[in-house]
Amino acid sequence: MSVDQKREPVITARNVSIEYEVEPVVKAVRDVSLTLYRGEILGLCGESGCGKTTLAYGLNRLLRPPALMTGGEIVFHDKSGTDIDVRALDDQQMRAFRWDKVSMVFQGAMNSLNPVIKIRAQLFDVFTTHRPEMGNEEKEKRSRELLGLVGVDPDRIDSYAHELSGGMRQRVMIAMALALEPQLMIMDEPTTALDVVVQREIIREIMRLREIFGFAVVFITHDLPMLLEISDHVAVMLDGEIVERGTSEEIYTNAQHEYTRRLLSSFPSLTGERGGFVRGEEEVA
Amino acid sequence: MADDSAQQVRRESGGVLEVRNLVKDYKVRGAHKKIRAINDVSFTLEAGKTIALVGESGSGKSTIAKSIMQLVKPSEGQILLDGKPIARHGAGLRRYRKDVQMVFQDPFGSLNPFHPVGHHIERPLRIHRAVPEGMTIEEKVHELLERVNLTPAADIAPRRPHELSGGQRQRVAIARALAPGSRFLVADEPVSMLDVSIRLGVLNLLARLQRQENLGVLYITHDLATARHFSDEIMVMYRGDVVEQGPSDEVILNPQHEYTKTLLAAAPNPERIGQMRDEVRAEFAAAAAKD
Amino acid sequence: MPEQTTATQTPAGAPGSVVDESAGGGVPTATTTAPAPAGTPAARRKIRFRKPSAKLVVGLSLLGAIVLFALFGPLIGQFDPRDSSNPALVPPDSTYWMGTTSLGYDVFAQLAVGARTSLFVGITAGLLAVTLSILFGVVAGYVGGWTDEVLYTIIGVMLVIPGLPLAIVISTLVPGRSALLVAAILGVTGWAGSAVVLRKQAQSLRNRDYVAASRIAGERPLRIVAVEILPNLLPLLTAQFLFGVIFAILGEAGLSYLGLGPTGSISWGTILNEAQAGGALTRGAWWWFIPPGILIALVGTSLALINFSIDEVINPKLRAAPAAARSVRKAREARDEQSKEATA
Repeated sequence: MSVDQKREPVITARNVSIEYEVEPVVKAVRDVSLTLYRGEILGLCGESGCGKTTLAYGLNRLLRPPALMTGGEIVFHDKSGTDIDVRALDDQQMRAFRWDKVSMVFQGAMNSLNPVIKIRAQLFDVFTTHRPEMGNEEKEKRSRELLGLVGVDPDRIDSYAHELSGGMRQRVMIAMALALEPQLMIMDEPTTALDVVVQREIIREIMRLREIFGFAVVFITHDLPMLLEISDHVAVMLDGEIVERGTSEEIYTNAQHEYTRRLLSSFPSLTGERGGFVRGEEEVA
Repeated sequence: MADDSAQQVRRESGGVLEVRNLVKDYKVRGAHKKIRAINDVSFTLEAGKTIALVGESGSGKSTIAKSIMQLVKPSEGQILLDGKPIARHGAGLRRYRKDVQMVFQDPFGSLNPFHPVGHHIERPLRIHRAVPEGMTIEEKVHELLERVNLTPAADIAPRRPHELSGGQRQRVAIARALAPGSRFLVADEPVSMLDVSIRLGVLNLLARLQRQENLGVLYITHDLATARHFSDEIMVMYRGDVVEQGPSDEVILNPQHEYTKTLLAAAPNPERIGQMRDEVRAEFAAAAAKD
Repeated sequence: MPEQTTATQTPAGAPGSVVDESAGGGVPTATTTAPAPAGTPAARRKIRFRKPSAKLVVGLSLLGAIVLFALFGPLIGQFDPRDSSNPALVPPDSTYWMGTTSLGYDVFAQLAVGARTSLFVGITAGLLAVTLSILFGVVAGYVGGWTDEVLYTIIGVMLVIPGLPLAIVISTLVPGRSALLVAAILGVTGWAGSAVVLRKQAQSLRNRDYVAASRIAGERPLRIVAVEILPNLLPLLTAQFLFGVIFAILGEAGLSYLGLGPTGSISWGTILNEAQAGGALTRGAWWWFIPPGILIALVGTSLALINFSIDEVINPKLRAAPAAARSVRKAREARDEQSKEATA
């Protein structure tokens, strides 16, 4: 399967607004529209509190009150050709939709593995819930396959979560997210808690898996250099709005918005000239 | 005071903080084995210079910081200030603390939520009698706050830490570290918990203060890019060992040790846009061609 | 379909944490991340203290009333609490406001004087218990090492010795017991539980960066405990003190009821004891035993209410709970409204 397939959208969000119904109301996401194409990696970048996480959860309708989507529509374009209005799904349909079509890996997900249950049981759970017709033998086979895919020794299926390193656990989470071969994976700072070397290995794994399964990825992080390196498109969020979007090249070489430029300049170049940054201008409180 | 003039002389001559063959073992609870957190580390920090200590979590960087700050007792080795071994307690340790201070990683944890900003700066001033004659403590506190760009100081000083942003708190922490009139500063990941767009501002502030005070700074970080731009020398740590050490440009642009190369390869670099995707695709293409 | 599985719950459980995160990062942006305008903190402080909770108001008023009763009750009563020349077992009337006992004591006068003893014993024992729990708990937690081992062993021993029986044993051994001694007995037997909690808290605070920062600044250990650690334990200490007081008042009542209370003084417990001995229950003299019981219960209630409201002030999550629940309800209703429209 190749990503060079024609640009066919997998999810479209139009004018999405999300508020926190607290006093006073906080507009976390304001009138955001975006389209994500099949097999594409979209980098969503912004600083803490910009609404990037809220938006991601909105896409998968995982918002919990007091968060409330106040406007806009989200349409998921299924592989089968049917369009699904995500906001109109009832709870039952939503449960079937979620994880099956869209899955998630979030920051610190590795810590949400149950420490006293074996990895096997936790992988099996996904199938038991969403693929009740699967037999144990098939589950075992599929689970081992998944672990192999994400770069974990399949024999670790008998391990408990606490016996695995942080990087390994995060890989197991990715395996779970992959289990049902979703068409979209939302990854919210999936590697922030990990060391750079491990982070890179995992990201590479994600890129590989994308080539195999052709899923699209919304990759959320504040690490703009990393996003630029791996994403096809990048969207920059500020105060609930997407202030700039474009291909990674466009954003990197020709950023239009002042905030994007400021973010870019916040990361001194590793190998480039010893220029602007060197003990230069100071930000005033 | 005699002590003051001695201080003056030392400041002009700069001074050196020296770490010699430092080893730290941690006992593992319930087991007879030990874990070696740092293994025979030596370096010399001169006034006015910045050394960056880079490595991943668990590499021993923080243990070095804690050893220098006398928060943990080294298993072996020595720390010398101006050529003399440092005192482990009492008045000698106090004098050492006047000279060597630290900025912590977490600006939310390093300020006591119960006390106002002013308290945090006032204490070291009082303990080390660091207020010049003809100046009140309050004036000195305000002066320090202004030096870290927290203005108006009179408005900031009575606030509680939770009323400040992360960047503002870290400035308070820097002001506190400078308060005793320190000559050396250990900055343990001082910006890694701050929002990206304010990180450089805080680093630049540190750099300015360093120039003004002729401070010796040990900058502990996992970020190679800022390590390169912010320091004169870089030490790369891996599992307790310093595996590479040299002038920053040298280490970054012409790494010698395998681990340094791995770290550099793993550091995000926007100049490699699409490279990983292409590599992965090439792998698949090669695999397909073989079949 | 059962959704209660670890795997599916993980993503579904996520919004909780993530919404928290974005609420933590998103909501306060205006207040904390942005450079706050000069007036903000003062304004916020005002809001915090403007409206005390109903719990606090009720608790404080109750406690205030009881303290006033203890202070002025003996002055406004017309009878001496030990004057047995009154007629016996008179029900409440205009002369004997709360009736009299079988020995002719005026119940109102006895209650008022008893309030003094009970409160005195309660507060003294509470203070003693808190002091001991700080000495053992905080010191053990902060100093660690051998000191901790020794202190924690003592705490453990005190913890497994049942308090009231020990108090009974000590009380029986000492023939003449002043109220102060009873308070001391109750204080000494009632601090271990708090010490365990304080030790854990101190251990956690000891590892905070700000404690390390004070050490680096050159602060002395004693000052670090007193100035950097104890203030952050203040809410906990207050709660423990209040519970210590409740425990001691109940304990004193219990001891007195068993005839082991302060000798020669009147407390709510001794009134109950005499009521029992005088057969108040069988003779239907409700005015004799119900009022002291109610007073004990009211003191307990008022202190507990104050305690809860302190918790709310200290723990923003609790304080914000009603507002948060309102917000959630509001958002949920709006969402249901939306889905109704969607299906219609």
